[in-house]
Amino acid sequence: MAKNTTDVRRYPGFFSFTILCLFLLYTPLIIVTIYSFNDSKSITTWGGFSFRWYQDIFYGLEAAKFKTAAWNSISIALMAGITATVIATSAAIGMIRGEPFKGKSLSFGLINLPLMVPEIVSAVATLIFFSAIGFTRGYMSILLAHIVFCIPFAYLPIAARLEGIEKSYEEAAIDLYATRWKAFTKVLMPLMAPGILSGFLLAFIISLDDFIITNFVKGAGVETLPTAIFGSVKQGIKPNIMALSTLMLLVSIFFVSLSYLINKLGERTGDKQS
Amino acid sequence: MSAPIAPLNAKKNPNAGVFDGIGLWLLSPSWIVIGVFLLLPVFMMLIFSFLTKEFRGGVIWEPTLAAYDQFLFDRGLFGDEPPTIEWTYITIFARSIWQAALATLFCLIIGFPTAYYIATRSARSRSVWLFLITIPYWVNLLIRTVSMKFLIRDTGPLNQFLMSTGVIDSPIHIVNTNFAVQLGLFYSYLPFMVLPIYAAVERYNFALSEAAWDLYADRWTTLRKILIPVVKPGIIAGCILVFVPSLGAFLAPDLLGGAKTFMIGSLIEEQFKGNAGNWPFGAAASMILLSMVLIVLMFYARQQTRAQAGAR
Amino acid sequence: MKHTKKLSAVLLAAAFTAGTANAAEKLSIYHWFEYIPQELLNKFTDETGIEVTMDTFDSNEAMLASLKAGAMGSYDVAVPSDYMVKILLDSGMLQSFESSELSNFDNIDGPWKDPSFDPGRKHSVPYQWGTTSFAVNRDVYSGDINTTDMLFNPPAEVQGKINVLDSQGELILMAQLHLGLEQCSTNRDDVKKLDALLQESKQHWASFNSDGAKDVLVSGDAAVGQIFNGFSTKAREEGANVEYAFPKEGYVAWMDNVVLLKDAPNRASAIAFMDFMLEPENAAAVSNYAQYKAGVTGAEAFFEDTIKNSPELNAPDGSPDGTFIQACNQEAQALYDAVWTRLKK
Repeated sequence: MAKNTTDVRRYPGFFSFTILCLFLLYTPLIIVTIYSFNDSKSITTWGGFSFRWYQDIFYGLEAAKFKTAAWNSISIALMAGITATVIATSAAIGMIRGEPFKGKSLSFGLINLPLMVPEIVSAVATLIFFSAIGFTRGYMSILLAHIVFCIPFAYLPIAARLEGIEKSYEEAAIDLYATRWKAFTKVLMPLMAPGILSGFLLAFIISLDDFIITNFVKGAGVETLPTAIFGSVKQGIKPNIMALSTLMLLVSIFFVSLSYLINKLGERTGDKQS
Repeated sequence: MSAPIAPLNAKKNPNAGVFDGIGLWLLSPSWIVIGVFLLLPVFMMLIFSFLTKEFRGGVIWEPTLAAYDQFLFDRGLFGDEPPTIEWTYITIFARSIWQAALATLFCLIIGFPTAYYIATRSARSRSVWLFLITIPYWVNLLIRTVSMKFLIRDTGPLNQFLMSTGVIDSPIHIVNTNFAVQLGLFYSYLPFMVLPIYAAVERYNFALSEAAWDLYADRWTTLRKILIPVVKPGIIAGCILVFVPSLGAFLAPDLLGGAKTFMIGSLIEEQFKGNAGNWPFGAAASMILLSMVLIVLMFYARQQTRAQAGAR
Repeated sequence: MKHTKKLSAVLLAAAFTAGTANAAEKLSIYHWFEYIPQELLNKFTDETGIEVTMDTFDSNEAMLASLKAGAMGSYDVAVPSDYMVKILLDSGMLQSFESSELSNFDNIDGPWKDPSFDPGRKHSVPYQWGTTSFAVNRDVYSGDINTTDMLFNPPAEVQGKINVLDSQGELILMAQLHLGLEQCSTNRDDVKKLDALLQESKQHWASFNSDGAKDVLVSGDAAVGQIFNGFSTKAREEGANVEYAFPKEGYVAWMDNVVLLKDAPNRASAIAFMDFMLEPENAAAVSNYAQYKAGVTGAEAFFEDTIKNSPELNAPDGSPDGTFIQACNQEAQALYDAVWTRLKK
């Protein structure tokens, strides 16, 4: 019987599906990474291993363009990520710790609206909005649009973390004559920190990755890395774009791993408290 | 903020907390930002869909139903023939639904066994497997789509490999076909299928399967009759998470599909960024897409409530 | 909460300055894709100290749409083709300059000094000129290609392997040349014939693609591709066995021009750029890069040999001259717009 009970969970072939799934997910990325080290100018033939395309993005003719685009991408992601995290933290406390009120589920829906509206629809609506109010499209319009869709991505991990923290901590602080602000900064915020940090990292990556909305709301001469890459690949995939993609891939993996580790650590500290 | 008052409050309302009374204030920044920069724009888009188009971009502030009329009826080249049903856009929408549905199906076929396998691992290896599945999602969608295009081009590594091993003589033509779009969508959203199914299977009580097993049900019957009905909410959630973004996808049809595989996303883009320059029509198409997505989400919400009611 | 607000305020302020600060002189160009070598832009910056940002478009119509959608006032110069210069001019989207503002104004080649689309050259200077017909992959088809039948009544070998430009002006003029129709005709039968031809030919076309026009020929995705002559040269140089056609029915000729946009935020930089582009050496640098001819006297001296002997730039004897696209009046334009919309759906 004991053998049977372990057996019943197992389905032959499911392991192969899992391997196939990972294979499908990673093959294109690995292939592009490999070909980014291709010495040949033609992307289809292998001409030996080299770093020339990495050199090209940093020192080549288009280096200035990529540098500006990278700066735009990173500064927008940083500011949008921080602003969205602040707004989301405040919203999470309001939703979870605030007084009950009518339309709470409506409020939840509004906060998560950017996740429900298809990206292309958000893009069109934002373009129409900026154009109708006569707002010149440029760096600011991208930043504002990014803050909006970053909010739910920051909100979800923050709210999840806050729900796991008992009310007694901040109540104890208040009982000890702390102000609300002190109770938040000295007690609640340190407890929420892992959630806030991983919320920020997710918002940061989401902003860094966005193409569709940025493409609609960007103004004259303002490019982010994804729009610069898109403009370039429309005319055919070039080897320097593969090198740039590989670098962005590494950046994404780095931040996701960071977020993952922070969450792991957070879970461990969370266990100790409960 | 004096000490005696706090316990008094607590007695009156055992749920009263530190942030009672300022909850709405704390929520207001998010309401304002999303309200002003998303909800209001969506309403403006609705208004724009009823305005007159200006030649090549922009609108004239005169109300008209022209955009929806163009969507539904064909009035001939000179606009004076008796209207017949316009199939073009209905076809594009139907094709988008079909492509998104097929991509969802592929994701389900690969994603379900994967999610199940991961959920039945030990707690430690589970989180590693999950991490491996989620990484590609965080890699820029544009880069993933370009990578896929590079891989499956006529002269790309896939065809080169197959030709050098002698499996095929001439390259398989994949780019610019419907299949390429399905593949691209499948590839873009596969992790979305795995995660909710994983969550559902992880919560599944395997005693149910064991009971079935004891009653001489074989593995596949147990899967079909016991496991799948129980984890169904997770499967539906996964399908919606893949289907909805696939429906409005722009990158996969644009980069992998070519002009013959126009989908809703590329149709809308064309009205604003491309040659067509018909804003009211683009706004109308966006409204129709948004309504479709909201209907799917409402269906999902009802399913979830029903599932919860069933669980009780 | 005050602190939070302060923080967001600081962030927003930082965003504003990141977007607008930096007092160095700037120039914002709205240009065709792959049409100016980066070296030349760097040279311009080195010589003038003006920082250049550039956005690109892939058809005259897309450029017009974007300018109308609120991009006016953010670009200083754009590079439209002949008929589009006239459309921009008629819509009041250009501003004029005096010929005395440009020290190189007299370098403009004779025939381009007083073009019909900008009489007296008060708003534009020549950039490059060339032709648009189509290129055929000679590995796929070896018969006579100098006929518009290749696009509108294609031989069996290339059916379903044709790419046309996603550009209303160029495609409709090619179809009109094929049928021998007048441009901008509002005659109902003419428009119907044109519409029928395009609807009929569409089944043989694989894609509408402008920015990938060269790539589809090089990768072999298309066997026939409507294309600008310079792009055909580049496709050939990148290894595609393609030949550029000079159809006996006619083909499109064009001149691209640097125009001074109304509300240009950096008018002085724009003038400096226009003057820079009239320098024979600089005009030739574009020609050598893009494989077209410049409308600037003395540029020939700097041409590389590939341009002098280019089969794409030298029509064989007996070929007709290229036809310029006409800017139609609003009534005619509305008709051709309807034809285009029906074609694209």
